[in-house]
Amino acid sequence: MKLSGSQILIECLKREGVKVVFAYPGGVNLPVFDVLYDEKDLQVVLCRHEQGGTHMAEGYARATGKPGVVLVTSGPGATNTVTGIVDAYMDSTPLVVLTGQVPTKLIGNDAFQEADVVGITRPCTKYNILVKDVNDLAQAIKEAFYIATSGRPGPVLVDLPKDVVLAKTEFKYPDKVYIRSYSPVYKGNKWQIKQAAQEILKAKKPVIYAGGGVLASDAHQELRELAEITKIPVTLTVMGLGAFPGTHPQFLGMLGMHGTYWANMSIHNSDLIIAVGARFDDRVTGRVADFAPNARIIHIDIDPTSIHKNIAVHVPIVGDAKMVLRDLNQILRSSGNGSLGQHKSWFAQIEEWKREHPLAYEQGDKIIKPQYVIEKIFETTRGNAIITTDVGQHQMWSAQFYKFDRPRTFINSGGLGTMGYGFPAAIGAQFAYPNELVVCIAGDGGIIMNFQEMATAVQYKLPVKVAIINNKYLGMVRQWQQLFYNGRYSSSYMGDSPDFVKLAEAFGAVGLRATEVSEVDGVLREGLAIKGPVLMDFQVDQEENCYPMIPAGAAINEMVFSDPDKSKQTKGQNQEEKADGVLTA
Amino acid sequence: MQHIISVLVENKFGVLSRVSGLFSGRGFNIESLSVGPTLDPTVSMMTIVTQGDDRIIEQITKQLNKLVDVIKVVDLTEKEYVERETALIKINTRAEDRAEALRVADIFRAKIVDSTPNTYTIEITGDVKKIDAIIHLLRPLGIKELIRTGRIAIAREEIKTVSAKEEKERKVVSR
Repeated sequence: MKLSGSQILIECLKREGVKVVFAYPGGVNLPVFDVLYDEKDLQVVLCRHEQGGTHMAEGYARATGKPGVVLVTSGPGATNTVTGIVDAYMDSTPLVVLTGQVPTKLIGNDAFQEADVVGITRPCTKYNILVKDVNDLAQAIKEAFYIATSGRPGPVLVDLPKDVVLAKTEFKYPDKVYIRSYSPVYKGNKWQIKQAAQEILKAKKPVIYAGGGVLASDAHQELRELAEITKIPVTLTVMGLGAFPGTHPQFLGMLGMHGTYWANMSIHNSDLIIAVGARFDDRVTGRVADFAPNARIIHIDIDPTSIHKNIAVHVPIVGDAKMVLRDLNQILRSSGNGSLGQHKSWFAQIEEWKREHPLAYEQGDKIIKPQYVIEKIFETTRGNAIITTDVGQHQMWSAQFYKFDRPRTFINSGGLGTMGYGFPAAIGAQFAYPNELVVCIAGDGGIIMNFQEMATAVQYKLPVKVAIINNKYLGMVRQWQQLFYNGRYSSSYMGDSPDFVKLAEAFGAVGLRATEVSEVDGVLREGLAIKGPVLMDFQVDQEENCYPMIPAGAAINEMVFSDPDKSKQTKGQNQEEKADGVLTA
Repeated sequence: MQHIISVLVENKFGVLSRVSGLFSGRGFNIESLSVGPTLDPTVSMMTIVTQGDDRIIEQITKQLNKLVDVIKVVDLTEKEYVERETALIKINTRAEDRAEALRVADIFRAKIVDSTPNTYTIEITGDVKKIDAIIHLLRPLGIKELIRTGRIAIAREEIKTVSAKEEKERKVVSR
């Protein structure tokens, strides 16, 4: 029986186990939407901007581990997905983006809503394909899903011209796909793993440094076993939070530019770093030349390009984190408990560091401190919510003050740091887990970037909750301007617009506000209990800074803990204050 | 240090763009690039000459391998290899230098492929040192136009030579 390209496409998606598609229709993909109209096994979510739709797919993918699927039209529809694609590329999120394209005869002719999407996304996708013949369609889709989800996951784009999705052919879905030029390595080299075990047994001040790769590999169980067999403390990157329980006594907190003092000091003073599924990003290492000067480094990663890229390592192991850790744990267990240290003096040193510079803030009795809101959210949700954040100070505070015990419960944009990510990602996560509590913590800057998706939340009656840490500034930018640019708040002040409560209500959601500390608890309890989308506007201290901080160019142990001496510093000024003018509407 | 890397790729639409995009995106240098089909029409061979220290070359090789359409990457610089490049050189000599130009071409076993009262076009094939040398000699005579293909290279086969001692040992083992 002959099927049209559109029918073949939908059939392929179902065979791949896709349950939700984040979509936006347009001229060239109308045939596909016509087939979807009768489709009962696939939920199609109409977003309000393709960027929002792509971030939703990312949120879905990060929450479930399954690939997020996006379906958009040609030209501007496709180009609006680029930010989300680059974000997925940087954070290794599996994504399959299906873009419509003008009919094959018109390609290259500057046709209406035509864009060279394959050319534009070539550097930021794992792979992309322009399907020119409907007979190649099923194979292309199968390959796309295979590439997106295997090895180091990432985004794959499939460009579908209108005549291809209209043409008819016999449908045959390939059982297996084999790409001769692509074969990721999963099993680690046995000899290298033995080496790693030797290093672990010798070490006196070891640290485990784990990242997003542990979550991608579903290796949180094996990671916990490794830590508990060897009694080694564990620190996580912002992408790895949840891979090791945040309340576990061996957890050091996040490391890096805004990591805890003791996590950074542990790394800096260690004699062995076991890196699993992390890539020694510049936010973590600080000044590379002075990174962990006395440490031997074991690096377990599925992507060979990450190994030896920024930092020289001593025992590189290319492989899947779950498989490698399993083999490693087996060797360590059979080495007998006698040779595995308890590291009591190392932990004592870490406790001392914890006492020297704990994560602290001063909550007064009126103005709300942002960290207080995060702690309250942690308390009220009992640490059980799926939290997404946007980008900035609130993101760092969430990483510091919310303790994630389960994997895939902290969803944020790490590598690209895309503002506007948090809210649509929360919507995507809510579609993945309709009965779980999903809370997006966002800043007033980021929330406005994709606020249009509130219409999506309301249309689909999603009980997603948004907590805005509203300081009327682009907080992280303002912090840098205060510390390094003499308080010259250039273009970082945003003022009182919009009234977020009214804005939420305009979309049909519930809006709540807290302006004083005493109101925070009540607003949270009320907001989280409402069955439907809720926005909570927490108006916080406008000049609170996020510490500790590793300033740009500093080494990992050269952290700053508090604002510079206020008396020596002129009060920060935004441009309006400087001009002494009045804000005009 | 200069490295000559041969990259076996799928002969698909956009692969050249992907590889060159990788180099420019990551700030790697392409000194020359040559690409053409192999015996298998679905496979092409690219020869890229690039510059960098060990760390950079390691990254380049790994990043190339990561690309889905790349089948195999070989850094020929570490092996014994044969390399060739072709150049077409149009020289614009004064009447009294024409003979000298022909002599230079003769020394290098180059061919004259075009000739006019004022110019000669010389075709030369050889390794990079030979090409550089002939250009160096022809430059004072007046080069009007110069075009080079970029280098291609192929690994030399290893010849296994057996020493007298090894011959003896083999005989002992086989008894």
